[in-house]
Amino acid sequence: MPDAIGPDQIFQRALASKEILLPKCDDCGAYHFFPRVLCPHCHGASISWMQASGRGRVHATTVVRRKPERGGDYNVCMVELDEGVRMMSRVEGVAPGDVTIDMEVSAFIGEGDGDLLVLFKPVEG
Amino acid sequence: MTNELRGKAAIVGTGHAGFGEAHGLTAYDVMAQSALAALGDAGLKLSDVDGLFCTMMEDSMPALMAAEYLGIQPRIIDGTMLGGSSFVNYLTSATMALEAGLCDVALIVYGSNQRTASGRLVTASRPPAYEAPYNPRYPISAYAMAAARHMHEFGTTREQLADVAVSARAWAQHNPEAFERGPLSREDVLGARMVGDPLTVRDCCLVTDGGGAIVLVRADRAKDFPKAPVYVLGSAAESSHRQISQMKDFTVTAARESGRRAFAAAGVSPSDIQAVELYDAFTINTILFLEDLGFCAKGEGGAFVESGRIAPGGVLPVNTNGGGLSCVHPGMYGIFTVIEAVRQIRGDAPGMQLNNVDLALAHGNGGVLSSQVTAILGSHDTL
Repeated sequence: MPDAIGPDQIFQRALASKEILLPKCDDCGAYHFFPRVLCPHCHGASISWMQASGRGRVHATTVVRRKPERGGDYNVCMVELDEGVRMMSRVEGVAPGDVTIDMEVSAFIGEGDGDLLVLFKPVEG
Repeated sequence: MTNELRGKAAIVGTGHAGFGEAHGLTAYDVMAQSALAALGDAGLKLSDVDGLFCTMMEDSMPALMAAEYLGIQPRIIDGTMLGGSSFVNYLTSATMALEAGLCDVALIVYGSNQRTASGRLVTASRPPAYEAPYNPRYPISAYAMAAARHMHEFGTTREQLADVAVSARAWAQHNPEAFERGPLSREDVLGARMVGDPLTVRDCCLVTDGGGAIVLVRADRAKDFPKAPVYVLGSAAESSHRQISQMKDFTVTAARESGRRAFAAAGVSPSDIQAVELYDAFTINTILFLEDLGFCAKGEGGAFVESGRIAPGGVLPVNTNGGGLSCVHPGMYGIFTVIEAVRQIRGDAPGMQLNNVDLALAHGNGGVLSSQVTAILGSHDTL
């Protein structure tokens, strides 16, 4: 079945059409991330894909220190989405060291090394 | 391990090789030298070994490579790869194998040439697909975020993290086997090059070469060997995740469960432990494990380690060889927690020997706070 696609491709293809989809369990109603063929909470195997709210807050953050000639410092953080799932990402639009725990952020689709990525920016206000 | 396995296996030999820089040697060379050293310590030969408990960083079939290199044909192999905790975990499987008669001489062994080969962490492990695109520096970014979260929730300070490194160095200064023995102050740690906020390079373990090995036999013949046997009183494991993004609470590790079960199997409590050997890949590790293993309450680890309280002459001897921060860290450090615990109990520690140690704890960590394994070791008097 060359047309069959798995959870990874569903997520990636959605990004390519400018959508962030999150897997949600039909049985227990909980979201999970990374995408899987089963729910890691209740182990149900019936999964639906839902449009992500894109809203979240920074759960933890660090600055990866890198020499300026190699591109300089950058942010790596853990964002907890309103859906209750956590993903590694990067907050852009502020200096890497100005990303703070509990900062409210919103998702956008960006690019890195040729891949489409979920990135975040601070919520204005 | 349950109470039924308490004291059923004994460590009758330990050895190590290639500490610091093992120029010209491969990881398997260092592994083999460590095996010979441990077997020599036990008065045994490689041909006596019929159980092999081994993993390495380089390959996906390292235990087979090791058995082939050593020229042995083990009746049982455990090559379970949990990261640096693997070698503490092998205490459980070796004890089970010995007790079940599946082998008579169990060899736990590891070796690495990370420092002279590349100077950085080398691993056959693949980066997690949903984390790798953000270029975290593996594994420091994960530990840095755990440290940041601990500081946020409990007010733990960078000074307290630094004091973990300062204490480790103070122990290392007594240990001629330790790689880093120069003076180190809190200011030195805080002022060192930042690698992943809030951790400086001095909050991070060394990258050295080195290998270690441990020989175990059934307790009923443990007294037939040259050195005083050290018994495995309890050991237990728990894993909570592989990738840091999947760790439920960055400030609570599975050491809470591994520790609880290891103490229950051994029938002792944290206040009975006379030497604590923890896998200190980063300074935050020591704080997390002291809390999760029950040496202090959650959130109080920062104050617990402050101002020399875990240094020589402090309230609790922690990482008495200098730990992964100052003694040795060849990719995976776990086996050295066991070796130092054994030597403290036998009374032949290479550095500062504590007085009359009968009970010691060795704790291994693997992955990014992912796998936690705790072992309680004791002298003959604790049986």
